[in-house]
Amino acid sequence: MKLTLKIWRQANASEKGALKTYELDGVSSDMSFLEMLDLLNEQLLHNDEEPIAFDSDCREGICGMCSLMINGEAHGPEVTTTCQLHMRSFKDGDTITIEPWRASSFPIVKDLIVDRSAFDRIIQNGGYISANTGSAPEANSVPAPRDKAQRAFNTATCIGCGACVAACPNGSASLFLGAKITHLGELPQGQPERYSRVQSMVGQHDAEGFGGCTNIGECAAACPKEIPLDVISQLNKDLRKSLILG
Amino acid sequence: MRGSSVRAVATTTLIKGARSTRSTIALKLLMAASGIVFILFVLLHMYGNLKAFSGELAYNEYAEHLRTFGEPMLPYGGLLWILRVVLLASLVAHVGSAVALSMRAHAQRPVKYAVKKNKASSLSSRTMRWGGVALLLFVVWHLLQFTIVKINVGEGGQAVDITENPYRLLTAAFQPEQWWMVLIYLFAMLALAFHLHHGTFSAIQTLGFTNTAESRARARVAGWVVAIVIAGGFSLVPLFTVFGVIS
Amino acid sequence: MAAGTHYLPGLTPTNEASVQKSDDAAGYYVLGDKLVDPKTPTGPIADRWTTRKFENRLVNPANRRKLDVIIVGTGLAGGAAAATLGEAGYNVKSFCYQDSPRRAHSIAAQGGINASKNYKSDGDSDYRLFYDTVKGGDYRSRESNVYRLAEVSTNIIDQCVAQGVPFAREYGGLLDNRSFGGVQVSRTFYARGQTGQQLLLGAYQAMERQVAAGTVEQFTRHEMLDVIIVDDRARGIVARDMVTGEIETHLADAVVLATGGYGNVFYLSTNAMGSNVMAAWRAHRKGAYMANPCYTQIHPTCIPVTGAHQSKLTLMSESLRNDGRIWVPKKAEDCTKDPREIPEDDRDYFLERIYPAFGNLVPRDIASRAAKYMCDEGRGVGPEVDETQADGTVKKFRRGVYLDLGAAIERLGKDKIEEKYDNLLDMYERITGENPYEVPMRIYPAVHYVMGGLWVDYELQTSITGLFCTGEANFSDHGANRLGASALMQGLADGYFVLPNTITDYLADGPFDKIDESHPAVVEALEGVTSRVEKLMSINGERSVESIHKELGQIMWEYCGMDRREEGLKTAIGLIRELKKEFWTNVKVLGSADSLNQDLEKANRVADFIELGELMCIDALNRRESCGGHFRGESQTEEGEALRHDDEFSYVAAWEFGGEDGAPILHKEDLIYTAIEMKQRSYK
Repeated sequence: MKLTLKIWRQANASEKGALKTYELDGVSSDMSFLEMLDLLNEQLLHNDEEPIAFDSDCREGICGMCSLMINGEAHGPEVTTTCQLHMRSFKDGDTITIEPWRASSFPIVKDLIVDRSAFDRIIQNGGYISANTGSAPEANSVPAPRDKAQRAFNTATCIGCGACVAACPNGSASLFLGAKITHLGELPQGQPERYSRVQSMVGQHDAEGFGGCTNIGECAAACPKEIPLDVISQLNKDLRKSLILG
Repeated sequence: MRGSSVRAVATTTLIKGARSTRSTIALKLLMAASGIVFILFVLLHMYGNLKAFSGELAYNEYAEHLRTFGEPMLPYGGLLWILRVVLLASLVAHVGSAVALSMRAHAQRPVKYAVKKNKASSLSSRTMRWGGVALLLFVVWHLLQFTIVKINVGEGGQAVDITENPYRLLTAAFQPEQWWMVLIYLFAMLALAFHLHHGTFSAIQTLGFTNTAESRARARVAGWVVAIVIAGGFSLVPLFTVFGVIS
Repeated sequence: MAAGTHYLPGLTPTNEASVQKSDDAAGYYVLGDKLVDPKTPTGPIADRWTTRKFENRLVNPANRRKLDVIIVGTGLAGGAAAATLGEAGYNVKSFCYQDSPRRAHSIAAQGGINASKNYKSDGDSDYRLFYDTVKGGDYRSRESNVYRLAEVSTNIIDQCVAQGVPFAREYGGLLDNRSFGGVQVSRTFYARGQTGQQLLLGAYQAMERQVAAGTVEQFTRHEMLDVIIVDDRARGIVARDMVTGEIETHLADAVVLATGGYGNVFYLSTNAMGSNVMAAWRAHRKGAYMANPCYTQIHPTCIPVTGAHQSKLTLMSESLRNDGRIWVPKKAEDCTKDPREIPEDDRDYFLERIYPAFGNLVPRDIASRAAKYMCDEGRGVGPEVDETQADGTVKKFRRGVYLDLGAAIERLGKDKIEEKYDNLLDMYERITGENPYEVPMRIYPAVHYVMGGLWVDYELQTSITGLFCTGEANFSDHGANRLGASALMQGLADGYFVLPNTITDYLADGPFDKIDESHPAVVEALEGVTSRVEKLMSINGERSVESIHKELGQIMWEYCGMDRREEGLKTAIGLIRELKKEFWTNVKVLGSADSLNQDLEKANRVADFIELGELMCIDALNRRESCGGHFRGESQTEEGEALRHDDEFSYVAAWEFGGEDGAPILHKEDLIYTAIEMKQRSYK
């Protein structure tokens, strides 16, 4: 099939960027979206134009590196990551607009690549259970109720891609934050630090400049791992409790 | 060593001991709490309005009772003043948090998407800010009209027998020749319904009561119920007045 | 060996050192000295690690913050080591090429992690895990290392649970286990199909905690381009800031490479796009031996290639083989038919037919090879792809076999299958556009893991003093073949428990003399890297890096893939040498070196893959035996099974770099077993 692509080009963090239009022929419906971009890049290289920079690594939907806004939808029209999106979701003659995640806390590095180190810093600020290597008790000495363990797992599947921030009109990272708070808060091992964790993680979230949540649900709809909105409720609840408990 | 200045685009550093009481979530909690005050208030207000169906005597008695409520512990009109103070404080909290959060949101996305689709958000959730502004303007209009009684319209609108008689003040406002006034109120109630539809759900979620898919669905139903009951209940009086049922 | 005697093994070897008679690779290599001292402890096997830990010198807590350790890579091995050494109080600098340590490719491991907890009371023990791992590795691993791995496996589970890794649990709240990869005990811990992700996030979070504590400094989007050696010690690395393009030097008292495997030498593999061999290969060029580079694991259950555009392959968890039946049509003319219309009698369930005892659950290499042969016979299914033959002609093949869940769905019901494999099957449908509940899935083998890697001694130190290597990047624990759910175990064992206990013995001699950027060795390394980058930017030829990488992959897959033969390997070496010339004279990299430039990154990586590819072929050529993931067509039984030659090849082939145009030098490390006896595998 033949496509018209409008792609954000930006040389680096400080230069101004703009959408640029490309025509691409010979796209197969079996290609993944990123393989389609590979094809475009091969064509650009051939024409002595610098290839488009975009992030991807595992290309199997788990590392969270890929991050494209495709026709106004984070990761495109399917509930999956950009790397798992295939061209059969598009048709011949389509125009596809490809933009980077847009948020001040995710500054653009180049073209479609953004800097998501803010997420690392949120994790640094309490997104862990303090357990030094070697100090762990026997694994089965603390049973964890199965339903709680399952909820912990379901929220721990967050891949940190940032689609929630990209889709949110407020640029809030509440879904990311809530997923980690819920994951660690549902496990018995996570209890000792539960309330200090939520306070410091929320503090870092805000210090990074992420917006506040307005509970509209765009994040959960964009999440390739289908993390449900209830993790934000859990986050709110834990913060509320922590404020009361002091 | 050259590796010392490696972060090319880092924006913030790690902060310790963040003030969670001033966080976005604390602002949201404030917004939810003040929103609930408003919901309780409009429920009470609507109940009072519906007294209009019981006739002039009952309605005016109710209005008077609001002023004498709690006497002699409270002075005449004391309850209303307490209410006004609480409502004003809630308004400051509600609007203040909204402005703060809205400014954060704008700062976070200075460059807009060329194309952006909404996948899950309801229309009501996307109109909270402008809908809120519209409601605020309406409240000013409404207070001027019914509380401060400065802009009452129609023939003899400023006559004492109307301004001093709550029931007649009400019915005079929604006479057929002032059909546009009815429209303003109906429109405002639509805006209120929108605001309550998302606001109720959002408050429940912000307070952390929606930790499962089921409770989230229940909170959404609550949004619908509150929106329909309150906006619907309010709309009855102007509608029945303009069609002459209440006279 | 009789059951039970391993508790008192004595030190009587069960085998003799091998003597190689064949010399297929004559002329391609130089024979060097034997490696006699991999620092393995002696004594009863179960006591060796304890003894070594006790004998190793320690570093006083007050001195630790004076010691700098560079760790390259943030996967399970690197992330866990950074967290642990940070907790201990060392100054750690951690590097990764991704935008966050959380994205390392360990994250993609699906199945699970083994540990000899024996929670199921099914007779598991450290010794049984050790035994299974050595046997699974076709007796090509160092027994002391493997026993240590089994020994610390239980600590890993404790550690991960304490960190909040959400392993699957039973209704009572205790940990669940499953049996995996054809072993007879249930010792695999798992977190649905995302065990690697959960373990990695545990290590990542532990590491981020140390970043906050100030003991670990994190350098993301940084790629190591060389190792700095001062006075015969590894003292730092040269790295490129991939955002600014700046080439930096970072100095330390010790350097750890935890940089993963090099499966991408085949272009198509289940590795991440960025997975590469550069760090290990640069170290190799500076004197670190590369061990058993030809040992490649080819995973039987991947989604087949759909066309020339394919950029990577996706693994489907092996657990599908528990319920899926693998078949191809009996008649070649049926290959284009809708599989649902092919009657039962016309289907060839070839694994069940050839291996009645194990059926669809035969080990990975056997399942892979069988699938290849079916397709070679012209009975493959799926889209037709062009393949260039050794004589240059192009032939068409269908590279796929059916994995059919139909019988299992009938037996257990669709719900049960959905519950077991939901995520996997969704993923399959997303990629192929076919519904696996209705149409049999198509699978084909793909490169998945490499058992080869930098040679390390028992202490995980390479042949360069002060340079350590952990995880998939080293060669140490899996022999010629890795068992399922063992990669995660090894990565975390190395990172949490082994390296932090062995590197101390080296660091006890430190801090070493202060050096700075002006040291001649540092300047030389920096200049070497800078000139290489300049060279890549200045060739300005006709071919994209991608196209050369693809060509390399085709050569490797064709001649150094599932069935390797003398003639083919020699052909491959010739082709690779030509490709290397082509690369250095005709590659095209646009943009500039002092900004983010993904083509330049790739060019650096592919240049090293080409050199590695040649060494892999030479290693495969030399090893005229079939063992584990290495199958030499010349060495098979009458039934077509892999045939080991313990008398000739029970050694580790550790290759020393022979100079830019010189032949590599082969050092042999004899594998002598005292706690286990070598047996020929049989899965019939």
